Amino acid sequence: MGARAVEPEGGRGVRILRQNLPLVTTAGILIALYAVASFLYDGFLSGRVAVNLLGDNAVLGLAALGLTLVIFTGGIDLSVGAVAGFTSILVAALISGRGWPPAAAWAVALLLGTGFGAAMGGLIQSCRLPAFLITLAGVFFARGMAFQVSTDSVSIDHPLYTRLAELYLPLGVAELPFAAMALLAALAVAWLVGHHTRFGRNLLAIGGNEQSAVLMGLPVGRAKVAAYALSGGCAALAGILATVITGSGDPARGVGMELDAIAVVVIGGTLLAGGRGHVAGTLLGLLIFGVIQAALLFDGRLSSWWSRIVVGLLLLAFILLQRFLASRKRAA
Amino acid sequence: MSVRRISPVWWPALGLALMLVANGLFDPGFLRVTILDGHLYGSPVDILNQGSRVMLLALGMTLVIATGGVDLSVGSVVAISASVCAHLVARGTPLPLVIAAAVGTGLAAGAINGLLVARLGLQPIVATLILMVAGRGVAQLITDGQVLIIASPAFAFLANGYVLGIPCAVWIVGGLFVLAHVALRRTAAGLFFEAVGENEAAAHIAGLAAARIKALAYVVSGGCAGLCGALAASHVQAADAYRAGENMELDAIFAVVVGGTALTGGRFFLWGSLVGALLLQTLTLGLYNFGVSPAVAPVPKALLIVAVALLQAEVVRRWARGLWSRKGAAA
Amino acid sequence: MSDPAAPLLALRGIGKRFPGVVALDGVDFTLRAGEIHALLGENGAGKSTLIKVLTGVHPPDAGTIELAGRPVRPDSPHAAERAGISTVYQEVNLVPTLSVAENIMLGRQPRRLGLIRWGEVRRRAQAALARVGLECDVDAELGSLSVALQQMVAIARALDVSARVLVLDEPTASLDAAEVAELFRVMRRLRDDGLGIVFVTHFLEQVYAVTDRITVLRNGRLVGSQPTAELPRLALVSLMLGREIKLEEHAPAPRADREHPAVYEATGLGRRGSVQGVDLRLRRGEVTGLAGLLGSGRTETARLVFGLDRPDAGTARLAGGGTHRLTPRDAVQRGVGFCSEDRKREGILPNLSVRENLIVALQAKRGAWRPVTEREQRELCERFVAALRIKVADVEVPINTLSGGNQQKVLLARWLATQPVLLILDEPTRGIDVGAKQEIEQLIAKLSADGLAVLFISSEVEEIVRNCHRVLVLRERRPAGEFASGEVELSRLMRAMAEPAGEGKP
Repeated sequence: MGARAVEPEGGRGVRILRQNLPLVTTAGILIALYAVASFLYDGFLSGRVAVNLLGDNAVLGLAALGLTLVIFTGGIDLSVGAVAGFTSILVAALISGRGWPPAAAWAVALLLGTGFGAAMGGLIQSCRLPAFLITLAGVFFARGMAFQVSTDSVSIDHPLYTRLAELYLPLGVAELPFAAMALLAALAVAWLVGHHTRFGRNLLAIGGNEQSAVLMGLPVGRAKVAAYALSGGCAALAGILATVITGSGDPARGVGMELDAIAVVVIGGTLLAGGRGHVAGTLLGLLIFGVIQAALLFDGRLSSWWSRIVVGLLLLAFILLQRFLASRKRAA
Repeated sequence: MSVRRISPVWWPALGLALMLVANGLFDPGFLRVTILDGHLYGSPVDILNQGSRVMLLALGMTLVIATGGVDLSVGSVVAISASVCAHLVARGTPLPLVIAAAVGTGLAAGAINGLLVARLGLQPIVATLILMVAGRGVAQLITDGQVLIIASPAFAFLANGYVLGIPCAVWIVGGLFVLAHVALRRTAAGLFFEAVGENEAAAHIAGLAAARIKALAYVVSGGCAGLCGALAASHVQAADAYRAGENMELDAIFAVVVGGTALTGGRFFLWGSLVGALLLQTLTLGLYNFGVSPAVAPVPKALLIVAVALLQAEVVRRWARGLWSRKGAAA
Repeated sequence: MSDPAAPLLALRGIGKRFPGVVALDGVDFTLRAGEIHALLGENGAGKSTLIKVLTGVHPPDAGTIELAGRPVRPDSPHAAERAGISTVYQEVNLVPTLSVAENIMLGRQPRRLGLIRWGEVRRRAQAALARVGLECDVDAELGSLSVALQQMVAIARALDVSARVLVLDEPTASLDAAEVAELFRVMRRLRDDGLGIVFVTHFLEQVYAVTDRITVLRNGRLVGSQPTAELPRLALVSLMLGREIKLEEHAPAPRADREHPAVYEATGLGRRGSVQGVDLRLRRGEVTGLAGLLGSGRTETARLVFGLDRPDAGTARLAGGGTHRLTPRDAVQRGVGFCSEDRKREGILPNLSVRENLIVALQAKRGAWRPVTEREQRELCERFVAALRIKVADVEVPINTLSGGNQQKVLLARWLATQPVLLILDEPTRGIDVGAKQEIEQLIAKLSADGLAVLFISSEVEEIVRNCHRVLVLRERRPAGEFASGEVELSRLMRAMAEPAGEGKP
């Protein structure tokens, strides 16, 4: 402390690396997994497979993006899968059953999803109810409403849907499907919101220390409700995208997706307790999830449930890593 | 001051009674219990029988919530245990061993949760989420992704048989509740769980092994989930790793909260949880009788739980008290 | 520069009452620009309430606040900050997971088209840090910095909001000597820039090292405000404790038979960041007092004795056991009880009944499977409700419906029910009314006469003098004098509490 220029050991580069250790670890695991899979399976190392990682997991990715913002604040939203299911069947019913133009159906779905998220956020914030309980109730509510719309899946036959399904962006080595484009666009927006607006930084500040955030004069209540609203909106977008990809709406769409989404966010280096995280990490987490799925598919011998176990183990490993980093910091 | 408070168990009991009456008014046959082949039949018996599995989970969940935690993994543990049962029954393992294996599986899973929460200090939601995710994969691994049919009359008897005219599952779960009540309330164990949930630091200073008590709650919850897996597999005479125990963690949590135990921990109401589970089951059955599709039934369930949570919320209570006293002052 | 003698901040006749308590009663406080002003007082003196009034956490019930001649009435910390009054707390109120630059600029980041200009954020953060003479990587995560540096960052944030008044609320509590020196350097520099600084601390050395003026509160009233140079140390302590040094009060008559067997012995007991070099011998039938100003290490010592914190130096021996590491559970098993000073956080089980609160320690001692029978419970409750005169109609009501004094009595009863050999009482009379206080003191005397060893902690020296057979005085987390029976006198204790430590500290 004698010298006033304070530089912890190791210098700037090392420290930045250390501060982003969860993110760096995630990137390392992704590269390692991809390398191993490419070595094991012919044809894994191709542009098409890489692009499909995005396209095949776009629905999950969208839901995870919104959830990332909620987890930034130290909250949790378990309803993302159910909301996606509800909007997917709602959109299908409105377009196929009522003959609505897709844009109108999408707008209604988006509005309902966002409003639903805001309502849950409002309850959590104003009545100090536990987030997991309210969003669990949200799972029941949204899933039940989805089956209220229709108990069976409804297919959508609309020229716009056909056009979107055939929309590809040529990229040289591969063609980017519409779903991947939508995901990347949403990622860019979420990245801007999360890392380049006061709102996004406030979310992290709330998760880091809510009391401090209040004392600093940040709009804590508003930001938290907005985070849940955005999460609901993202889940609605995920449901809409699901109808585009499959050409149908299904009330059972996204069952269990909330767990995958949480895993993706946490593997992406975002602290479940809040306060630390990256939107970019969620992309990395999503790609890890995708590589595991794709590798299991390529292999054919290992059954799909291994993905759940591997994801669970990764979740455990990351939570323990975060725990370890946190306790070391306190000891220091 | 000297007026003793009304036990919170009466509220869900009142709710249950109202719901039974409403169902009875709508369908006079609803409350009728008949004896057929020496067995009791009728909707009330169905409610008890169908609700027995959630009651069992709620039993363990009550202790976990009493310590201020929550166990999200019970649904997945049910799936694992059901799969283990199917596997063992197929190999001709004797029934007592199958049940022991099911309970043992659950206890082991609970021990993992307890370790993560009490020893490593993870948030309960986070810690049990891990097993919630991975558990279903493990169950699918055991069943190899198939729905395993269990063709054993002895095993099927567990959830479908009748003893003295009453469903076997009701005997088992009812017996466990009585056992738990004795073990918790005739000893000081119940007080220990409550003390840790009320104020962990104070309990620690008072000389309680707070961490061990917390871990024990998860182990008990795991054991209940293990036995529940056996009952679930026996009930449908099959093990479906995908569907077994699905959403049951939610039902169990709801039953406990409706039963009057606060999610913040502390005072718990074992019998309240039992009534809460029955109330949920009556609601489900009643809606079904009203012609509401079972797929939509979760909606009123969700509304019910939010309402109960609001009634318990400190903010809402303070607001209501304020309203009351203002009215009193005006009068 | 404005006239340095004109008041920058003037609080007049500030009053604040909470249900049942008058926290502040007509307090005046004047801060000049270019002044470091110590605000002192023991627990419950009202200094934290005054700080909270100043920073907008609690609006005052009476009185006015003027900042540079203009009346202000902050209704939130944020409003106070905007008015120019910023506060830095002991527990740094920043976000440890964000970068230094973000912490300084949160909520005020410069933007273009709604997007944060990160380059500008860093530049302004660097400028703010430069004002406190600190040069550090603004991209570093705040949590990776030492507490001292975090405090500097907090000050930098406060300054960037263009503060004119800086309130430092116990900023030195967790700093080491070199860090304190660094903080003082920054404080002097800011004073020379014309800032007014309110400095709250427990360390008298620090008061004399850095402040220009001292204001002392006691029981919610102003008891004195003088330039630091004109207020000798002993006079200051008298002001804080509200006792003239001449007044003599004597300890209870020394026990006739001198050598009681020791229940607990410790030599050189210490823990990093807590207390150092404590020698303690607690005997049957004796009340041993731990005296010292707030923050002197009284509670820390008690926690080491009870095994609540693990000592990292010295040896301790509890009768009937070895010197191995003690946990609270072991301690309770071997007949030690500990009434924490924080009744709410470490004492009561709020929603459980008086009965359950009373028997829980006895039950813990016995284990879950040997329950205290209902009859025993009833007898214990009846006995202690009568003996301690606990005012409760029905022992089945939740303990949080009782008054503070009655809660404290239930907690005492909790430990007495275990028939302890050693009872540690940390501020057992805090926040309870005079009658209950007297009853508890009488009880302690009776218990020790019956052969119990008591370790008694209090911030009221008279209480120590009244109740203790021997006293250990702590200062700056080290022993500063031991007084055997017959030597326990108010003036000697206060001198030991006030006197500067042998080695010169900044």
